[in-house]
Amino acid sequence: MRSRKNWQGASLGQKLAAAAGLVFLHAPVWVIVLYAFTTEDRTYQFPPPGLTLHWFEVAFARSDIWQAMRLSLVVASVATLLAIVLGTLAAFAMARRSFPGKESITLLFVLPIALPGIITGLALLAGIRAVGFEPGFWTIVAGHATFCLVIVYNNVVARLRRIPPSWVEASMDLGADGWQTFRLVLLPQIATALLAGGMLAFALSFDEIIVTLFTAGHQQTLPIWFYSELFRPRERPVTNVVAVVVILVTLAPILLAYYLTRPDEQAPGG
Amino acid sequence: MLRPVSTFLHGRNAFYVSLLLLPPLLWLGTIYLGSLFALLAQSFYAIDEFTARIVPELTLATYRQLVTHPANVDIVLRTLLMAVAVTVACGIVAFPVANYMARHAGPKLKAFFYVGVMLPMWTSYLVKVYAWRLILAKQGVVAWGFDTVGATPLLDRALETPVIGGPSLASSYIGMFIVFVYMWLPFMILPLAAALERVPGSLLQASSDLGAKPGQTFRNVVLPLALPGLAAGSVFTFSLTLGDYIIPSVVGAPGYFIGMMVYQQQGTAGNMPLAAAFSVVPIVLIALYLSLARRLGAFDAL
Repeated sequence: MRSRKNWQGASLGQKLAAAAGLVFLHAPVWVIVLYAFTTEDRTYQFPPPGLTLHWFEVAFARSDIWQAMRLSLVVASVATLLAIVLGTLAAFAMARRSFPGKESITLLFVLPIALPGIITGLALLAGIRAVGFEPGFWTIVAGHATFCLVIVYNNVVARLRRIPPSWVEASMDLGADGWQTFRLVLLPQIATALLAGGMLAFALSFDEIIVTLFTAGHQQTLPIWFYSELFRPRERPVTNVVAVVVILVTLAPILLAYYLTRPDEQAPGG
Repeated sequence: MLRPVSTFLHGRNAFYVSLLLLPPLLWLGTIYLGSLFALLAQSFYAIDEFTARIVPELTLATYRQLVTHPANVDIVLRTLLMAVAVTVACGIVAFPVANYMARHAGPKLKAFFYVGVMLPMWTSYLVKVYAWRLILAKQGVVAWGFDTVGATPLLDRALETPVIGGPSLASSYIGMFIVFVYMWLPFMILPLAAALERVPGSLLQASSDLGAKPGQTFRNVVLPLALPGLAAGSVFTFSLTLGDYIIPSVVGAPGYFIGMMVYQQQGTAGNMPLAAAFSVVPIVLIALYLSLARRLGAFDAL
């Protein structure tokens, strides 16, 4: 349906350019899916000479992949839980009230995702060495939780700011105490934002490589496994299979997060 | 159990806020800021040339080494040049997509475009880089495409270009440039589309009523109003390119980039001070870029 305010329709050239942009963004993902089924295991020959499900079987039997996968899932879960607690606390403090120093605190809450990952990674490594920690599981979690916190905070604070203050006042006027107001008025309103933030944080952590390479020590998350496989490939098609699995594991929570925060559901009360 | 606590806190605003803020601030303050200071401190140390140990005394020797060694300056310039090229290309490629989705597509198609741009943006970073290695490889999709339409000599000619060429697209600056543009394109499309959506249709109508040709309207009305979006997007593309070390090490020519230098110096080379000094370079460049963008009025319309 073309609305009338579009006073001028797009020319064919404009439509083609827009469509081409979209195809450019999607084609590489389809290529990697196709390559997971190729029968050719030495070169990146295109088009693949034949298709097979064999590599899924091979990947399934590889214990190193399962181990890396398990570590990534555990790290992402712990980092997301930490981020949800810390990010929500911060969002409730920052949503409305103004207080001295709020500007600098806001800056602190965007810094971990505003600065390039390599700086966060190297800084954490310098910090870990300065206090004499051994890099490992907890240092990976600490790094991930730091930027996941920002994601959760952004999601929740945006939702809190859209809740009319009159709702809280009405609840209090009707005799609810602070805890009841939080549980019955605020929590249901921020629930989807919280879930969406958590999903995004989980996906980001599961896929993170730039910071993790600095903080992981000898631990191998799935992205680190993948990265090392790029330089010392054992079985190339197995890498392609893992790529497809990673795409699925990261996209599922992200799609869920998207549907939880769709614009038409963002207005409180709908 | 929590009720008495919340009753107690109600009305005690400052106390309540500081209680909420304490855990997240403690986390970011110690782990994140503490680490950043540790990093900054490292950059003011230097490595002893004979013992190869870090001397914990404040000195500018490492920064001196950074700005006086021609190889180091080359790395900074190479990275900066790539970041600028990628930013300009992203702006050009993003414009038709953002323009169509913001100003021409109906509600359904617009939603489709937004999801269509966001899905690849959120697809695993490493998988996308890897996909491009397959696509740009000697026997990969691009080579096959050129071969199918009989344009292989054209591709060969491009790869023979000095400096930016190479044995294959996957090991040349052309290939690296394509991958960078691909990776950050959604970060340019989304803010640009948001800015273009705010351009009032009445202004475009007024411009054409006053006799402006579509090209003139674009240059004099649309482009200035889209500038904040372009600026916001360019901050992403610029800073993401400056800090990346995965893409140059997976796809591209042998020349070093800032990110690779940081990674290599802290790892195999064991020169943490030089790595730290190198990592300060993107921060400085981004700060310079932001102040330049502000001076050009890029954020005025926000």
